[in-house]
Amino acid sequence: MNHWIIAPIVLPALLAPFIIMVLRYHLDLQRIFSVAGTVGLVGIALTLTAQAAGGEIQVYELGNWPAPFGIVLVLDRLSALMVLLTSLLALAVVLYAMGSGWDKRGRHFHPLFQFQLMGVCGAFLTGDAFNLFVFFEVLLIASYGLMIHGGGPVRFKAGVQYVTYNLLGSTLFLFALGTLYSVTGTLNMADLAVRVADLPTEDTALLRVGAVLLLLVFCIKAAVLPLHFWLPASYSLAPMPVAALFAIMTKVGAYSILRMYTLAFGPDVAITQGLAGDWLLPAALVTLAIGAVGILGTQHIARMVAFAAIASMGTLLIAVSLFTPQATAAALYYAVHSTLAAGLMFLIADLVIERQGGRIDGMTPMPQSGLIATLYFIGAIALAGMPPLSGFVGKLLVMDAARDAGDFTAIWAVILVSSFITIVGLARAGSLIFWQSHDARHNNEPDPENEDKVIHLPPPEPMPVLTFSAVFGLVAGLIGLTLFAGPLMEYTSSMAEQLYTPDHYIDAVLKGGEQ
Amino acid sequence: MEALLASAVGVLTAAGIFLILRRRTFPVILGLSLLTYAVNAFLFATGRLALNAPPVLNKYEEVAYTDPLPQALVLTAIVISFGMTAVIVMIALGAYLSSKDDRIDMKAHDSVDAAPGEDA
Repeated sequence: MNHWIIAPIVLPALLAPFIIMVLRYHLDLQRIFSVAGTVGLVGIALTLTAQAAGGEIQVYELGNWPAPFGIVLVLDRLSALMVLLTSLLALAVVLYAMGSGWDKRGRHFHPLFQFQLMGVCGAFLTGDAFNLFVFFEVLLIASYGLMIHGGGPVRFKAGVQYVTYNLLGSTLFLFALGTLYSVTGTLNMADLAVRVADLPTEDTALLRVGAVLLLLVFCIKAAVLPLHFWLPASYSLAPMPVAALFAIMTKVGAYSILRMYTLAFGPDVAITQGLAGDWLLPAALVTLAIGAVGILGTQHIARMVAFAAIASMGTLLIAVSLFTPQATAAALYYAVHSTLAAGLMFLIADLVIERQGGRIDGMTPMPQSGLIATLYFIGAIALAGMPPLSGFVGKLLVMDAARDAGDFTAIWAVILVSSFITIVGLARAGSLIFWQSHDARHNNEPDPENEDKVIHLPPPEPMPVLTFSAVFGLVAGLIGLTLFAGPLMEYTSSMAEQLYTPDHYIDAVLKGGEQ
Repeated sequence: MEALLASAVGVLTAAGIFLILRRRTFPVILGLSLLTYAVNAFLFATGRLALNAPPVLNKYEEVAYTDPLPQALVLTAIVISFGMTAVIVMIALGAYLSSKDDRIDMKAHDSVDAAPGEDA
């Protein structure tokens, strides 16, 4: 067995308690270990990607229990890419959090951060549905701590709402898993696929209920309308570097949809035929539309980026819901792009918030305005999907893949119109924040209504080099994604091919022990 | 037996959902607990109901046994939901103590305007 597969889970799982117990009072050492761990994770993820690139699906049996009885971790091209994406985003975020001093504003930032990475990597690697639930809980419980990092009454309130919503989602997850187990008698994803395919077609109402419940759970995670209500408040009130890391969490939902509904309830399975796609496509279209309108309608830059994240999930899930290899390849490319772009925008939003409070009303000038405006411009181009950056390539691929779909007019119309609204919204915010800023004292009397909540800005960050290197790292990632769109697209096509031939996956898992 | 368990799950879920829709955090947390009880009972039943049967195979004779896996799942679910309840109680306490207010909804200006910079 290849022990590298479990390394992305074990490394943060050991590092986090070590930081809590040994380095509790030494922030500098915490930082060193946290960065070293994240760099190590990038290295492991690169190794795994190289191993998975050949197309062989590798299985890691925990405790050496053979597949349907024990828990397995499965490494294929898709999970390797998602782990790599997680680790790269995490590296940028941890550097930014150190540079901006966010990790000093509350306790235990770095251990929670590592636990979060453990949960995300585990969710991407596991091949067992109940284990997926457990890793969801791991990443959620770490995210609860990260979300309220730094404290404050409003953030705590948003935290309560966020936790409540996600606990409801977890309960629903358990109901879905229980229903599936009662019908099929298994929770291993590959075994589930075999059992579902063998079920008689008459008596399948319960199985379909389970499949739809599971879809709902993943839609909550992916913030699909009408289950997106948790996202705007929690992302905009979380510390911005944490929100940047959360950009990968919505992708966990999209990944789970893709995994379960190509493997167990795939397009070829008669019982659940069209179940996911028929529901998901309209929901994804509305998600994209509402996300775009939200960008135009908000008064705060953090909330605007949160709505941009919702819109990008809409585009991603439109491609996912088509369930064709071409559309899935486009979806995966877009997933990589939108994770980096949303992460970048959240970090830029933090740069703005630290300097002038983040309200989109053009009141206060800020230091380093030119540099940040340029970065905002780059991020906005990427997020809105304008040429020349990778968002344009991604949207083009999604639209190209939708050409053969039945209702391609609706898909094209929604994508194009919402892109336009997004561009208008981002341009409005950018010009108000960066161009119309003038000293508030010369402008008008202080608003008596808002007088009592004057924004007390924290002192400027001690290590701007780190913050900007993190931001420029993400920009470089986006540029790289654009330049190497061709090879990457070939790679995502090979991933999609792997996803739509689930027999290889099933064989690898269920016969893994015999080889 | 089946009717009893099914109605128990149903009543617990209904009561849980009713409480979750309340406006203060305490009933909401109680509602979440009721929901997790409901899901635990539900998970227990997914291995089919069997009375007085051990959850282990007997290798010496053919005896009835009950599916052990749902019991393991319930155990995991109980541990996780217990931990999660503890977390949400702590966060809700933090919210209550810092804002002197037990309401779960947010005022309009809380969510949009000042928050991220203000409380940093």
